[in-house]
Amino acid sequence: MAGRGARTAHRLVVAVFAIVLSFPFYWMALTSFKRTSDLYELKNNPLLFNESPTLSHWKLLFTGTLFPRWLGNTLAVGLAVVAITLVLAMPAAYALARLTGKWGERAGIGMFLMYLVPPTLLFIPLSRVVALLGLQDTLWALIVVYPTFTVPFATWLLMGFFKSIPKDLEDAAMVDGLTRFQAFVRVVVPISFSGLVTVSIFAFTLVLQEFVYALTFISSASSQTVGVGVPIYLVRGDVYYWGELMAACLFASLPVAIVYNLFLDRLIQGFTVGAVR
Amino acid sequence: MSAARQRRWLGPAMVAPAVVYMAALVALPVLMALFYSVSDARVGSDLIHFAGLRNFSGALATPAFRTALRNSLLFTLLSQILVIAGATCLALALKEAFRGRGLVRLLILLPWVAPISLGAIGWKWLLDSLYSVVNWMLSYAHLVDPVNPPMWLGEPKLAMLSVVLVHTWRTLPFATVILLAGLTSIPRDIPEAAAVDGAGFWRTHFSITLPMIRPIVLVAFLFGVVFTFTDMTTVYILTRGGPADATQVLPSLAFFTGILGGDLAGGAAISLFLFPLLLVGAVLLLRIARRAEVT
Repeated sequence: MAGRGARTAHRLVVAVFAIVLSFPFYWMALTSFKRTSDLYELKNNPLLFNESPTLSHWKLLFTGTLFPRWLGNTLAVGLAVVAITLVLAMPAAYALARLTGKWGERAGIGMFLMYLVPPTLLFIPLSRVVALLGLQDTLWALIVVYPTFTVPFATWLLMGFFKSIPKDLEDAAMVDGLTRFQAFVRVVVPISFSGLVTVSIFAFTLVLQEFVYALTFISSASSQTVGVGVPIYLVRGDVYYWGELMAACLFASLPVAIVYNLFLDRLIQGFTVGAVR
Repeated sequence: MSAARQRRWLGPAMVAPAVVYMAALVALPVLMALFYSVSDARVGSDLIHFAGLRNFSGALATPAFRTALRNSLLFTLLSQILVIAGATCLALALKEAFRGRGLVRLLILLPWVAPISLGAIGWKWLLDSLYSVVNWMLSYAHLVDPVNPPMWLGEPKLAMLSVVLVHTWRTLPFATVILLAGLTSIPRDIPEAAAVDGAGFWRTHFSITLPMIRPIVLVAFLFGVVFTFTDMTTVYILTRGGPADATQVLPSLAFFTGILGGDLAGGAAISLFLFPLLLVGAVLLLRIARRAEVT
């Protein structure tokens, strides 16, 4: 078998990649706890605390900036988008997995193609649509538009989860007198609960990561999401407050990364089941 | 109502809401973009006239557009080649179970899961003109001149390199996850049998494992290309396309023209130049998917 040399090589490769990929986040954490005078003293070793650590950047971030407001906005948009996504994608995915034949397959492919149409091609026409609906500069603009990328994603993933459920379960429910739709609502949906949680989490992370639409449709600082508010509006004039900025980046990134990591295996499983049937 | 009849209308009825929504907010806007691109539409004017292909020829004639087109191709191909090379190494190394694998995976996933704009603003600080920790480490290792350090985001060529490397950093985890899923799906006994037959470490990887995962490598590459070619966030946060358009890409140029400049027609024409490459990517992805279904 690949001997000890190969194993050492593997570990070395993994260690180098892990350090390079995660170093910026270590640097964010360090910056957020350093005193400003320590950050801007060129003689200091930047990788160490040359003065005692401080919580002042974090305090200012949560009490003196719009950051808490942006967190709330992001949470509100995320929950609304997840709800809309589930309402549209659950029945569509079930129908594509079970009820429709040849044209259902085509609709699935069409859905996949729409997923490939990028925000940077859609943002110009959608900015007119948003203006015509009178939604510019409101969170509603994002709630209306974000499902364009969460619905195809969720439909594909849910198709995989639904296909992995044995057909006998619905057949038995229908023999007991339920209609097909009732069987879907009362049998299939409850049994797919963990799949629905997975889809919701990933739809939420897609909302959190979005940048282009929020930058385009929202023009006032107080209606921003975290993704645009922090890099654009936490900068006052041309001055970057690096302590607060890095604290904000870390706070918005770390929890979601941990949850994402926990659910990643289920995500991969969902897509693979969807692909092989 | 008979079960068969119910089956016939229930399927379409359950798909309809999603299809109607997607048609209204994806398909229709694509048509609007096509319409704008052959018009003289501007923000704030309701009169729209047909302008033929003037927007396209006008875009092609400006140096800014030609720079952006070239930068877009460079940005996409260079970063995604680096990503595939790096992700293949990393996925092969991560395949075996080891203690602490969960934590390592979290660290490796961070650049992909963190909101892209926040990761990029972190890099803006790492590459700061005065307090760059990257430059501090490089000069500590005597690799750069501490008195006259490189201006990563201030010089045209270095800025392009920085943008490419930051984007590589961000998309590498995603490709690694895809490749890892592909690697775990190949039967373990084949590489093992090769090793028993005397194939060495390199031989096993290059002659056995890599050819087996070639389709999935291609999928990861195509997804990366489609995603990168249409991305403007990395460039927008790090350089705003500067210095002097040196890092401008097609999506950011479309944003500056169509949204900030109010020239809907010109912006739509620029963003439609993304279409040919998107189409090739989509067709290839579908073809791979179909082949996987047959076998």
